[in-house]
Amino acid sequence: MSILIDKNTKVLVQGITGRDGAFHALSMLEYGTNVVGGVTPGKGGQKSGELPVYNSVKEALAAKTVDCSIIFVPARFASSAVREAADNRVPLIVCITEGVPVNEMLENYYYVQDKGVRLIGPNCPGLISPGKAKVGIMPARIHLPGDIGVISRSGTLTYELVYNLTVNKMGQSTCVGIGGDAVVGTGYIDLLSMFEKDPETKAIVLIGEIGGEEEEKAAEYIKAHVTKPVVSFISGRSAPADKKMGHAGAIISQGRGTAKAKIEALNKAGIPVADCPSQIPLLLKEKRGVA
Amino acid sequence: MKIHEYQARSLLSEYGIKSPAWELAQTPQQAADIAGKIGGTVVVKAQVLVGGRGKAGGVKLAHSAQEAFKVAKDIFSLHIKDIPVRKVLVAKSVDILQEYYLGITVDRAMKKAVLMISAAGGVEIEELAKNNPEKILKLYVDPLKGPSEAELKKAVAGVFIDPELSVQALDTLLKMYRLFIEKDCSLVEINPYAKSGPDTLIALDAKINFDDNGVFKHPEIERLRDPEELTADEVRAREAGLSFVNLDGNIGCIVNGAGLAMATMDVIKLFGGEPANFLDVGGSSNPNKVLLALEIITSNKKVKAVLINIFGGITRCDDVANGILMAVKKLDLKLPMVIRLIGTKEPEGKEILVKSGFVVAENMEEAVKRVVELV
Repeated sequence: MSILIDKNTKVLVQGITGRDGAFHALSMLEYGTNVVGGVTPGKGGQKSGELPVYNSVKEALAAKTVDCSIIFVPARFASSAVREAADNRVPLIVCITEGVPVNEMLENYYYVQDKGVRLIGPNCPGLISPGKAKVGIMPARIHLPGDIGVISRSGTLTYELVYNLTVNKMGQSTCVGIGGDAVVGTGYIDLLSMFEKDPETKAIVLIGEIGGEEEEKAAEYIKAHVTKPVVSFISGRSAPADKKMGHAGAIISQGRGTAKAKIEALNKAGIPVADCPSQIPLLLKEKRGVA
Repeated sequence: MKIHEYQARSLLSEYGIKSPAWELAQTPQQAADIAGKIGGTVVVKAQVLVGGRGKAGGVKLAHSAQEAFKVAKDIFSLHIKDIPVRKVLVAKSVDILQEYYLGITVDRAMKKAVLMISAAGGVEIEELAKNNPEKILKLYVDPLKGPSEAELKKAVAGVFIDPELSVQALDTLLKMYRLFIEKDCSLVEINPYAKSGPDTLIALDAKINFDDNGVFKHPEIERLRDPEELTADEVRAREAGLSFVNLDGNIGCIVNGAGLAMATMDVIKLFGGEPANFLDVGGSSNPNKVLLALEIITSNKKVKAVLINIFGGITRCDDVANGILMAVKKLDLKLPMVIRLIGTKEPEGKEILVKSGFVVAENMEEAVKRVVELV
């Protein structure tokens, strides 16, 4: 099992002829992901490495079966790429692009829901089910197949924590980066519920950061609905208020969204929070010992 | 991105929302001339991008041109939260029968824009929300359909009661929403929205913020940007596509990814050090970005050592390594540097650095401990 993607997931790359799209299409293929082709308007008929390039998602779907699309187009075109995939009922859309305006995301959020498809991101590293498939930009070699589900708002911080898990021989079932923007397609709670149901996932690492109240809501949800052990790390304890810390969503405004409030909420729900990334394996060991 | 009140008033006026006659002054004499032209009582208001200007003495009434000169002179001598006042707005003062509040922002939990209406305007909305949340009426907008006019009409009538005022308020709210969407705002606020006569509503103060991700679509908004919002280094960083925030410590940090950059600062503190900055070089970092990042960080005289923490995904370690070498050569860097490099193109990146005599750590906490010992 694993959630959302596995060996059989057929992946399309929107923006495959750009520098990042081409590089990561190849690295996904090397990992064993079933990449079936790519889309770049105006470049249909060309090849990107061995992969066929189509002018549109529709054209790609006429030639291939697609379960998932990963988007690498610039911010200016990201929303229309998301909608194009949604219009063609691609069940899982992963938007890597950073810098999508929030008002566009409000629309995209409901647009994909109306079409009955799932959006992950934007401004995210994608997802990986180690040993099965990678639909994202994360470095593959730090992952190890296993039974820990990882959910995070961050990219590189996720790599840091996964690296710490792998060094300690704690493999992962699926790792999902949900994105660092204020509004993203899929949140913690959706994924917590999937991990809770996934028989291959035995424990969960939830990685959060300052801004918004998603971690607090996740804490409540875990307390009420998640039976598997959960541990957490929250970044931004030393961040000043009212300054956006890189991610559009990472800002403490009007005293809300502080690391302190999140850590308190998680602790209150019985979820231990690590002081630094290397503590996560230790907390997991303790928590799983108890559970 | 924030803009000044006078810029917000201009934008509102472009959308057909009225505020009392005003002009901008950059000297006390200009303020006096404008006051004379407007006639009667005027209000002189400091134009700074920080809150709390009223409490700091940055808003004053003047009943004549001479008095306007005097109060403007006082206001120009102020530093409001360390920011010198360089411009004042001189506006006609009007009678206020009642103060209302109108605002639009994004509710990130609901994933919708929210229109807020209150008959208790004039105070900070945050205070009102904390102390009297029942006095704020909230209407969520379906992003695909836009605001429901019927619903809005009912809500406005409940707050403004008087039919003539309700018509005006509804019209203003719809214009504000159009502005909010068309210009990719994160906040459009009129407070107070004042009743200045039996059937007149008028905007006495306005605040408009823009979504940083949306500004690229609006060059006319980008032109409104006041460099005072950011420090000089923050401006340079922004122009180079780096996320950078100045802090007070002495360890300069270059990290890729916002989450890891924050976590790196947290771990520096945990081990007893103080970060000098937050800096995210972003994805797809080319060597020039790394060069510029090092240039900005090392121009801060407080910085005693630099920590570079890169976990490559979309960022390639070889790009970063080349940037470091370029910077060391070009900037003649003498500061001690601790480098942690792992991920995409890691062997290539390490090889480039090791050949030039750098020691590269693989473990983040080990790297942080080392840099904290150096300062």
